[in-house]
Amino acid sequence: MSRHDARVCAIAAVVIFSVSAGPGLARTLRVASGANAEERLQSALIDAKPGDTVRIGPGRFAITGSLSLDTPHVRVKGAGAGRTILSFDGQTSGSDGVLITGDGAVIEDLAVENSKGNGIKAKGVDQIVFRRLRVEWTGGPKASNGAYGVYPVSSKHVLIEHVTVKGASDAGIYVGQSQDIVVRHSEAAFNVAGIEIENCYHADVYENVSTHNAGGILVFDLPGLPQMGGHSIRVFHNRVVDNDTANFAPKGNIVASVPTGTGVMVMANRDVHVFENDISGNGSAALLVVAYLNAFKDPTYNPLPRDVATYRNRIGRNGFDPKFDGGPILAKLSGGSIPPTLWDGVTQYVVPGGAASTDRIRLNLKDGPVVNLNLKTQGTPVTSAQPSVSPEFVDSEMAAPDPVTLPAAMFRDGRKGRARR
Amino acid sequence: MNRRWARSVAALSAALGLVCGAASPRPGVDFARLMSDAPEPTLQAYRLFEDARGSRPAPGVTPYTLNTPLFSDYAEKRRFLYLPPGTAMTYRDRGVMDIPVGGVLIKTFGYRPDQRDASAVARPVETRLLIHRNAGWAALTYVWNAEGTEAVLKRAGTSLKVAFVGSDGAKREIDYVVPNVNQCKQCHSVNGQLSPIGPKARNLNGPYDYGSGVENQLDHLSKAALLTQAPNSSSIARTPTWDSLSETVDARARAYLDVNCGHCHSRSGFASNSGLFLELEETDASALGVGKRPVAAGRASGGLEYAIAPGDPDHSIIIHRMASVEPGVMMPQLGRSVTHAEGLALVRAYIAQMKPAM
Repeated sequence: MSRHDARVCAIAAVVIFSVSAGPGLARTLRVASGANAEERLQSALIDAKPGDTVRIGPGRFAITGSLSLDTPHVRVKGAGAGRTILSFDGQTSGSDGVLITGDGAVIEDLAVENSKGNGIKAKGVDQIVFRRLRVEWTGGPKASNGAYGVYPVSSKHVLIEHVTVKGASDAGIYVGQSQDIVVRHSEAAFNVAGIEIENCYHADVYENVSTHNAGGILVFDLPGLPQMGGHSIRVFHNRVVDNDTANFAPKGNIVASVPTGTGVMVMANRDVHVFENDISGNGSAALLVVAYLNAFKDPTYNPLPRDVATYRNRIGRNGFDPKFDGGPILAKLSGGSIPPTLWDGVTQYVVPGGAASTDRIRLNLKDGPVVNLNLKTQGTPVTSAQPSVSPEFVDSEMAAPDPVTLPAAMFRDGRKGRARR
Repeated sequence: MNRRWARSVAALSAALGLVCGAASPRPGVDFARLMSDAPEPTLQAYRLFEDARGSRPAPGVTPYTLNTPLFSDYAEKRRFLYLPPGTAMTYRDRGVMDIPVGGVLIKTFGYRPDQRDASAVARPVETRLLIHRNAGWAALTYVWNAEGTEAVLKRAGTSLKVAFVGSDGAKREIDYVVPNVNQCKQCHSVNGQLSPIGPKARNLNGPYDYGSGVENQLDHLSKAALLTQAPNSSSIARTPTWDSLSETVDARARAYLDVNCGHCHSRSGFASNSGLFLELEETDASALGVGKRPVAAGRASGGLEYAIAPGDPDHSIIIHRMASVEPGVMMPQLGRSVTHAEGLALVRAYIAQMKPAM
């Protein structure tokens, strides 16, 4: 038995061990590059049974459609993000590069290049792992690039680690309407938003690098969606540096309103703690805490950021080139640059079809000075700002959300053959 | 050409008749094969049709049509329902009829060489089966050979060149995409489970020419004991016919959006995360797209701000995406490679007649 075979056996053994679903022996379905590779690969993704691994060999795979995996508990594994390349340059149909709808899926060690829509999407999946992937639009930042690099949505138990995304015209790493999420050890560069957590419950975003995007890390909540009221999110130990790519999002999308040079932005949401990040080189502001900007009709939506805490971030030079309305004047008034934390000062909103909200919002913004635009009511245009500056903005102490826990099997790494935490 | 084709069918039928007349009784639908998890390599193995060309349904296989069909690159579709002897569908006033285990929905896509020629016979391209097994619904796709004599299983999908003259007289060449089984599910999905999407009572509630005379389909199915618990069709809601000029633009457009978009764009469909819900039953204007901002459209928004800008189709993302044939932008994502000009015109008219927002 060659060393290569031994390694494959070890992988197969791990797969058997890690998968509870499905009787019989787990198999490895191998797909090599070469003639007819797309059909062979898609066939393997269809033929795989729970517990199986689809092993994609090294090389460039020219894909013309959209690849999809629907069977639960299948591991899709390439030979490395630099060696197994799924190229969508010639894509003529389908929207996403890879679409995953099967529970318990793992996709790792491969690259997706130049998909016409999103890179890798997972919809409605319970337990989805994205590991050691590269998703890239190789022509650099362009409005014609696909929206999201890795894109779990309406999913539960999400792990994204050691993933690199470049060039997404919306967010590089985007998690939407999901819960129990870990995004770590990943890099997002030259996207509109580096990492975006939108309408999500319970997320930990840590030890990532977000650089040369328009905005580094965004925590958003939007109205009119099946899952709203995003909450319990920790953003910590990330490097959010030099986000300096001019916002290239197509108009109409919410990220088009993110000022170029934003470090971390929290919009709406509850229980968000942003701490111990390195934040520097972001020309508009290090930390932005704001209400949802547009009018909305959904009476169950809360547009305010509340119970948001920012502390112990290492704030370098930021706010030196503000790219939002009124920014240059505000910088001038503040002594040349925007102070580290910018809060819109919105504390209430009018419930559609009802009265003004009365709940008090609580904020602990400790990385001062803090600029308060004093806009008071949601929807007030920024031209009505009456900025005031304070060393910090502190309410009563708020406990950080609990760490996110994921099923141990999700950390079982096909390369290492052992659990990693 | 057509006459020659008809002659060869007749010859083939005669040959089949000879074979059947020779020994055993005429074979019916092979129920055991339909229920088996292992798909047959050819469509013919299921004996859903009496002839190899799939033109004459076997006993127990009932044709049906829909008031408003899904647009599929101008393909013509023939639909059939098979129910095991002694079983029936149960009426549901919302959603798809309750089809018992053993039921099969059969749909053949084809093109007449010249769609202006009503007497021509369509050349089949693919036949899709949705089979209700004990474990749930299964989707299979069979692609026809050029002669139209055999259809073979294609689980990973494929792409075919199809050429025809359209009803407007224009020559068309289409890269017809046969979906893989996962793509079948992308549209045929209710809460993540593979499911039929077409045969809703309201969309079946219309006339069909059974050869023996024109009849309302629901009444016919009830009379034939293939449908139980259905009230008289006159008291059942009806999906408007999208191209019937006797109906309002609003009704026709809503029917068109329901059938072409509503299977994904519903609270239990693939596009549930979009917040854009286009089923006929939807009443919330914002969920229907009016003044609704995009969520995850990315570049597909075309730089526009609203799914529907009332009174202004040119600034409505729905129109932009229906008109596009670019992957990543076009809607629906699957099932078409050309723009449906007539459907687009209808939805444009629907948006144009809306009162603009203040």
